Amino acid sequence: MLKSAIEIAFVLIGAAQALNLYRLVRGPDTTDRILALDTLGINTIALIVLFGIRTATTAYFEVALLLALLGFVGTVALCKFLLRGDIIE
Amino acid sequence: MMRRILPRPLLALTVLLLWVLISSPISAGLLLLGSLLAIALPLLTRTFWPDPPRLARPWQALRFIGVFAADIFTANWRVARQVIGPLYRLSPAFVEVPLDLRDPFLATLLGSIVSLTPGTVAIDVDQQRWILLVHALDAPDPQALVREIKERYEQPLKEIFAC
Amino acid sequence: MSPALESLVALLIVLGALFILLGSIGLARLPDLLNRLHGPTKATTMGVGAMLLASTIFFSNRAGGRVSLHEVAILLFLFITAPVTAHLLAKAALHRKKTKGGASDG
Repeated sequence: MLKSAIEIAFVLIGAAQALNLYRLVRGPDTTDRILALDTLGINTIALIVLFGIRTATTAYFEVALLLALLGFVGTVALCKFLLRGDIIE
Repeated sequence: MMRRILPRPLLALTVLLLWVLISSPISAGLLLLGSLLAIALPLLTRTFWPDPPRLARPWQALRFIGVFAADIFTANWRVARQVIGPLYRLSPAFVEVPLDLRDPFLATLLGSIVSLTPGTVAIDVDQQRWILLVHALDAPDPQALVREIKERYEQPLKEIFAC
Repeated sequence: MSPALESLVALLIVLGALFILLGSIGLARLPDLLNRLHGPTKATTMGVGAMLLASTIFFSNRAGGRVSLHEVAILLFLFITAPVTAHLLAKAALHRKKTKGGASDG
């Protein structure tokens, strides 16, 4: 039962990633692309956690945590750049 | 003396708690290292933090977190239906919420709470006029939304932090 | 792990994945950036939240396992950063609208 639930979840999140990718390619504005990238990152965290449950190893937590950190910093840097044309003020 | 070593007891406690969370099979050595970090980090970052208001009613804070979690749940169902349903029925709107609280930290906290409940995003806090600018996905009656935010979140926050 | 707990974990996983998909549907379908922002907030809070809760239950109840709390740290971090991201994106979008008159680059 858990196995099939994980398979279903993989398919659902995969479809979500495809939609995010569509928004990333389509735009139209740079801010839309940044939002799509951020969402891609967050959904990838969910995928990694899911993969961890499937393989029953706790080794992936650090990966998920690092991805959350880097995704946040990247998004903030991109937004700052759009706001000021400069990242460090 | 105590103030000198621990200028922010709550912050130090949070750092220690986070340390315990991320180093999960905890041992005595790790706990010692965590305690050192919990003392050192607030001291090193002291100048960056604004003076936070005093946490007056911790128990009410816990209940507030419960209400907040339930709100996230119900708002999620509502927004989920709106996203699948016909889009022309939505009436997105900018809403200006006049604030009663006068504390940057609390205003940030309120903004975060508004952003985390699906369907509303806090965009800006105007610290001259103390207005919280909120964008709502579906707000046919903006005044009702203003009332809801003020009664549900701002009022309890003011009571919890006693200001 | 008992069957009841296993079905709870399965339910949380499917529920979380469903909300992540709904968030992305919102991102793809809604008409402009400020509306699109509402989709991913939901995916973060509910979707990833349910997923991480499932993971906590799963790893805490494994045979010979110990209480697993790494997920709480991830969840806490996501809950603190999601409003900041939304705030900055909305500000950037409004800023661009103001300076360029809504011109797009794509």
